[in-house]
Amino acid sequence: MEKLLTEQEAAALAAKANEHRRTILRTLHKGGSGHPGGSLSSIDILTVLFERVLRHDPGNPRWPGRDRFVLSKGHGCPALYVVMADRGYFPAATLDTFRQMGSPLQGHPDIRFLPALEVCTGSLGQGFSEALGLAIAGQIDGAPHRVYCMLGDGEIDEGQVWEGALLAPNRKLDSFVAIIDRNGAQQCGHTEDILDTAPLGAKWEAFGWTVYEVNGHDVQEINWALQPERIVPGKPTMIVAHTKKGWPISFMMDSPADFHGKAPNDAELAAALAELEGQ
Amino acid sequence: MAEKMSTRDAYGKALLKLGESNPQVVVLDADLWTSTRTQKFREKWPERFVDLGIAEQNMIGVAAGLALEGKIPFASSFACFGARGWEQVRVSVGLANVNVKLAFTHGGLTVGEDGASAQMLEDIALWRAMPNMAVIVPADGIEGEKATLAAAEHFGPVYLRFGRSNEPILFTEDYDFRIGKAAKLRDGADVTIAACGIMTARAAQAAEQLAAEGIEATLLNLATIKPIDVEAITEAASNTGAIVTAEEHQINAGLGGAVAEVTARHCPVPVEMVAVNDTYGETGTPDELLEKYGLTVEAIVAATRRAVARK
Repeated sequence: MEKLLTEQEAAALAAKANEHRRTILRTLHKGGSGHPGGSLSSIDILTVLFERVLRHDPGNPRWPGRDRFVLSKGHGCPALYVVMADRGYFPAATLDTFRQMGSPLQGHPDIRFLPALEVCTGSLGQGFSEALGLAIAGQIDGAPHRVYCMLGDGEIDEGQVWEGALLAPNRKLDSFVAIIDRNGAQQCGHTEDILDTAPLGAKWEAFGWTVYEVNGHDVQEINWALQPERIVPGKPTMIVAHTKKGWPISFMMDSPADFHGKAPNDAELAAALAELEGQ
Repeated sequence: MAEKMSTRDAYGKALLKLGESNPQVVVLDADLWTSTRTQKFREKWPERFVDLGIAEQNMIGVAAGLALEGKIPFASSFACFGARGWEQVRVSVGLANVNVKLAFTHGGLTVGEDGASAQMLEDIALWRAMPNMAVIVPADGIEGEKATLAAAEHFGPVYLRFGRSNEPILFTEDYDFRIGKAAKLRDGADVTIAACGIMTARAAQAAEQLAAEGIEATLLNLATIKPIDVEAITEAASNTGAIVTAEEHQINAGLGGAVAEVTARHCPVPVEMVAVNDTYGETGTPDELLEKYGLTVEAIVAATRRAVARK
């Protein structure tokens, strides 16, 4: 896998992602609830996506030519909100309102409260179909923008996802790039114990997708896979990003089910931030 | 009334008009276009038609995405099968008032021989419970076409229930259909009959029979069940003192429930309901089924006598 970023660029991106991790943990702690495990697992990918891939304009979020991004695993929204704040979609201080009544940063992404989002998500599987609809609209209009969609690896238990998995190659939807945050855990345990979806890459290949498997915590690999040059004309792209739920906080990775949907308390926040200092 | 037409045919006819008049209209179908009557649109505008395969949940999300990009998607299926996407509609469509039209055919017992699994009798209840959703059950081919055209003009989610069976034409081409407005088909001082879908034609016959025995009924066609025409129902309740509802739907939470919600709050009067009595259908001809499950002219006449007696 070719390294497209200089060492300095890669180090800066990784450092930014780690800074985002601190902000995610503080945001969750302040909000008092939310989903840390899947936010930490996806943040390297989201950082690369918003820094290096998406054609977007935070000052004009509805710019028609923008690339669309849909977080289908809507519970991972703390990571998305932190990246959006950093890119200037809204002031960083807004993060302090996460999960409070009236906040643009609802418990799950809601376009009524944050119109810079593309769709409402939070019910698993739905964002994927909605993102396909965005891409099909672009296909009908001959528009050049692309649609990126991130799913969770627990989320793909939903039958709706496989309906969409069939549709995209049938429509030769090559403007569509999906990413699975393959963090190996869902609410009640490890994915292989709940409903094993392995071999994951082979499944999507069999459905007709171009599949890339990358280390989802390595910004070089993520960046390489997300570049438009990886798109094979006439086919949708699936990036299986291998991650760890809670990465790199040891006690969250050790008990991924405990930190699927529970915000860190005071002691856990301090311990997690201390671990990040050592990174 | 020699002329007959199904409301699904009216839907197909309206789509051809919309295809010409509104380039934003797109049609989605889940492998039923020969039955839902979207086939001609598909042949004429293939680039504006999305084949989903037999995948209704994905169809709803795709429709939402299309609408968020400015398209006016008509998602088409059978009323039973489209309903499996109810929760997809709730989050992807209803929540943010996304401009998706659900055009579901084969509502009610008149599906006939396919039997209970395809005879949707719970859809009015399901869809009218959802905030932002308009619910329309047209009574004939003319109203079906006009309702489809009106849905395309209305911004927001709309549920259109169409039928399979050929039914009498009640309206004329100059009928001014409005979403949310009842159509008064008859004036009478003794009782009001409020109906939708195929039951409006049966209610009109019932009103004629009742007139012969001296009971004069007002007849309201309530195609729009949500937002319901509170003013028309309240006025009719006030003027006639009793209401009978008639629908091809479960007795719970359908048109009858919607009317009773209005009368309870605005003008309490006796309400009698002609509907399927909390049970499932079965194989049979449409007429056999309507007879067995009590959706007949005679049933409306009997219910009207009961309503008048309760005044």
